[in-house]
Amino acid sequence: MTKLDAKIPEGPLAEKWTKYKASAKLVNPANKKKLDVIVVGTGLAGAGAASSLGELGYQVKNFCFQDTPRRAHSVAAQGGINATKNYKNDGDSIYRLFYDMIKGGDYRSREANVYRAAEVSNDVIDHFTAMGVPFARDYGGNLDNRSFGGVQVSRTFYAKGQTGQQCLLGTYSSLNRQISQGTVTMYPRREMLELVIINGKTRGIITRNLITGEIERHSAHAVVLATGGYGTIYYLSTLAVNSNPSAAWKAHKKGAFFANPSFIQIHPTSIPQLNEYQSKLTLMSESLRNDGRIWVPKKKDDKRVANDIPEDERDYYLERRYPAFGNLVPRDVASRAAKERCDAGYGVGKTGLAVYLDFRDAIKKQGEKAIEAKYGNLFELCRIITGINPYKDPMHIYPAGHYTMGGLWVDYNLMTTIPGLFSIGESNFSDHGANRLGASALMQASGDGYFILPYTISNYLADDIKTPRISTDNQEFEDAEKSVKERLEKLVSINGTQTATSFHKRLGEIMWNYCGMSRNEEGLKKAKQMLKELKDEFWTDLIIPSDLNDVNQELEKAGRVADYFEVADLMVDDALNRTESCGAHYREESQTPEGEALRDDKNFSYVAAWEYTGELKPYKLHKEELKFVDVEVKERSYK
Amino acid sequence: MKLTLKIWRQKNADAKGKFVTYDFDGASPDMSFLEMLDAMNTKLIKARIDPVAFDHDCREGICGACGMYINGHPHGPGKAITTCHLSMREFKDGDTIYVEPWRAKAFPVVKDLIVDRTAFDKIQIAGGFISTNVGSAPDSHAIPVEKRKADEAFDSAVCIGCGACVAACKNASAMLFVSAKISQLALLPQGRIEATERVQAMVNKMDELGFGNCSNTGACEAECPKEISLVNIARLNREFYFAKIQ
Repeated sequence: MTKLDAKIPEGPLAEKWTKYKASAKLVNPANKKKLDVIVVGTGLAGAGAASSLGELGYQVKNFCFQDTPRRAHSVAAQGGINATKNYKNDGDSIYRLFYDMIKGGDYRSREANVYRAAEVSNDVIDHFTAMGVPFARDYGGNLDNRSFGGVQVSRTFYAKGQTGQQCLLGTYSSLNRQISQGTVTMYPRREMLELVIINGKTRGIITRNLITGEIERHSAHAVVLATGGYGTIYYLSTLAVNSNPSAAWKAHKKGAFFANPSFIQIHPTSIPQLNEYQSKLTLMSESLRNDGRIWVPKKKDDKRVANDIPEDERDYYLERRYPAFGNLVPRDVASRAAKERCDAGYGVGKTGLAVYLDFRDAIKKQGEKAIEAKYGNLFELCRIITGINPYKDPMHIYPAGHYTMGGLWVDYNLMTTIPGLFSIGESNFSDHGANRLGASALMQASGDGYFILPYTISNYLADDIKTPRISTDNQEFEDAEKSVKERLEKLVSINGTQTATSFHKRLGEIMWNYCGMSRNEEGLKKAKQMLKELKDEFWTDLIIPSDLNDVNQELEKAGRVADYFEVADLMVDDALNRTESCGAHYREESQTPEGEALRDDKNFSYVAAWEYTGELKPYKLHKEELKFVDVEVKERSYK
Repeated sequence: MKLTLKIWRQKNADAKGKFVTYDFDGASPDMSFLEMLDAMNTKLIKARIDPVAFDHDCREGICGACGMYINGHPHGPGKAITTCHLSMREFKDGDTIYVEPWRAKAFPVVKDLIVDRTAFDKIQIAGGFISTNVGSAPDSHAIPVEKRKADEAFDSAVCIGCGACVAACKNASAMLFVSAKISQLALLPQGRIEATERVQAMVNKMDELGFGNCSNTGACEAECPKEISLVNIARLNREFYFAKIQ
C-alpha cells in the first residue's frame, strides 16, 4: 500500500528550501540532453516548466488542447500576482505572505510548501519584468502595487485588469525561445487521454490529435501535469469552457491520489447568468472590491432602480457584518454572504440572484478618470455583456465556480504518488488549503513551473540517467492505446438522444445545489444518488457525431463530461467525509451561533488524499496530518 | 428570434467548402453569438447532422481562440469586441447572417470555421521574446521604465493573436500583429538589446509564411478587438529600416 510521505525537508521553515536546493541531486548537461520530459498544459505552470526545463537542456515535449499555447486559461486571470517585495514599505515579508496564505487557506495547507511559494514569489516578478511583461508602473518608473483580496499590505503586481494575459504571454515568449532553440517541441491540439506506467514509473501519455483524430503515443522519462482545475464541474463557471480535469483524472485512476477534491472556490464577483444556453460566467476581478461597495436594498423585493434607493435604505451587508475588512473579506465569506442575502429575498436583478457592486462613492471621491485608469477594461466588459454602464449604475454580481484548491496530491517535490508523475499549478492541491488568497494563483503556478519543479524534477531524474530513451513499442503503450480507443468507440456507439452539454448542465446543477457554497449531509447523500442515476442515463442516452477520425468537438466534450461524473462522485465523498466547515467548504452542520464557518481542528487537521481502488469500488482515504509549527492556529475572523 | 444563417461548411483543408443555409428559430437577444451557435448546433446534433465546428475557449474576449467573419466583418458588427462578446442584441428578428472562417493564404481552413493559425506562432518563435534565462533576472527596480513607455508597451502587448487583422486586410497582411510584439519589446529597455535582430527575424518569417504587405488602409486597426493602433506599424517600419542600415 502506498504510504503518504510529504518528504518535507528537516530544519527551520525559512531554511528548508535553501537546504533542499543545496543538497538536491543534479544532472550534468551531457545527460540532460538524453532525458525527455513531457509537460501537459501551457499555462503559467506548464509553459513555465517547459521553458525552464528547456533552458536547462532537457528535451521537452509540451502539449495543449488549444490551437496555440498562448490561449491557456492563465490568460484570463485579471487582478494580479503577489510578491513579497515590500516595495511599499508597508511591512510585507515572506513570512507575512506565508502567514496570509495559511490563514486564508483556513489552516488546511502544508506549511513548508506554502512558505516556499512565498519565498520564490520575488524571483517570479523579477523574471517577468526581465522578459518584458509590462506591469503597471508609477511616475518614478518603478512597479506599482495594490492591495488585493483580504490582506492588509499592498503586494499585488498588476497589468491593468489583464495581469494573467501579460504574464502568460511573457511565459509564452520564453516557451517560444526554447522552441526556437530546439529544446522544446510543441504539440498543440492534443488532448491527453491516458497515462502510461512501465515498471512502476511514469513513462508517457496517450493523446488524441484533435484535428485528425489520430491516437498517438508519447514517451518520456517523466511526465508533468499542469492541466489546471475542475471548476467547470458546476457547468456555470468563470473558467474557459474547455477547461477540464480529464488529464488529472486519468492519472488518478492510474494511482495518483486526489487530495481535498471538495475544496473549490466560489468567486464572489462574476456577472450573473443571462440565458439558459450560457455556461460561461464572466468574472469581474475582485480588485473591484477595493473601491466598489457591495449592497442590497434593506427592503425585500425592492423593485426600485438602484440609484433611486436612498443611502439609509441600502444594506452594505459586508461592511455591516465585517467592519474590519468590509468589502475586502475573503472570497468564500463574500460569496456566502451574497447567497445568504439573495436566499433571504433581498437579491436584485431579473432573477433575484444578484447583488450590487457600486462605484458611486469611489467616483465621487477619486474622480471618474482615476477609476477608469484602474478598472476601465472591466467596466467596458460589464457594459458589453450586460448593457449596464458601471460609471452610472451599479454592476450586478453573483458568485460562480472559479478555482479548485483540491487536486492531485503531491509531496514537497511536487511529485504525485506515482513515481515520475509531477503535478504543478492549479492541478495539484498543495498551496492554498481550503481557500485561495487572491492574486496567489498566478504566483503559485509561475513559482511551481519556473523555480521549483526544475530543481525537484532534476533530483528525480538524476537516478534515471542510465535509462535510454523510452520506446513506445511495448505492451504498456499498446494496452493504454487500446483502452483509449475502446472508450472512444463506446462513447460514439451509445447513439442516444441527449447532448453532452445537456448532461453537463444537469450535473452542474446537482453539484451547485448540493456541493456548492454550502453543503449538508442530507443534500450530499441525495446528490450522490442523483449523480449515479444521471451517469447511467449518460452512458445509455448520449448522442454525439460518430466520426472518430476528424474534428469532433462533441466527442471531446463527452469524454470530459464522462470524467466529470466520477470527479463529482469523489467530490461529494470528500465533502461528506469532512463534517467540519473550513475555507470554501461550508458544512451547515458546523457553524457558530452567528452562522460563521466552524472548523474542527481536533478531527480534521489533515489533507484528505483519496486512492482509486477500481470501478464502482469505494475510494480509500489516506490522511496527511498537518502540523503547524510556525503559525498559531486561530479562528479565521474578519470581523 | 428567427434567423437565416448562411454558414461556411468545409469538411477539411482539402475539401471544397460551401455556404449552407440554416433557418434557426431559437435565438434570443440575451445570447452571445457563440451561445446562439451552440443552440443551433444542439438542434443539428439531435437531427444527426454534423455540428458546425468553431474555435472558442475563454468566452471572455481574452484567449483569442474565437474568430469568425460575420456579415463581412471579422468578429462581426460592433467595435473592439471578439466574436464571443458579440451579443445577439446586435441583430434583429428575421435577419440573414453570413458566417465564414478567416480567409488568408497563411491561415488554411481546418474545418468549417476553424482555421490553422500556427503561422502566428512561427513568427513569435522567430524572435518574439527577450533572451533571459530563468533565475538570471536582476531586481525589478534595477531598471526603471518611464511610465509613459510602460503604458504604451502595455497597449501593444494586449494583442490576443486572434488573426482578425489578417482577415480584415485585403492583402492578408500580419503587420499589425507583428508590429504589436515588436513595439512592446522595442519600447522597454529590456527589449532593446535584441531589437535589431528581432525585427528582421520576425519580418522575414512573416514574409516567408505568405502574409501580404501593408498598404495602409487601416482595416486591421478598425477591426482589431483590442484596438491595437496603426502607430505600431509605423514603429515596426522604423525599427526595420534602422535595423537594415545598421
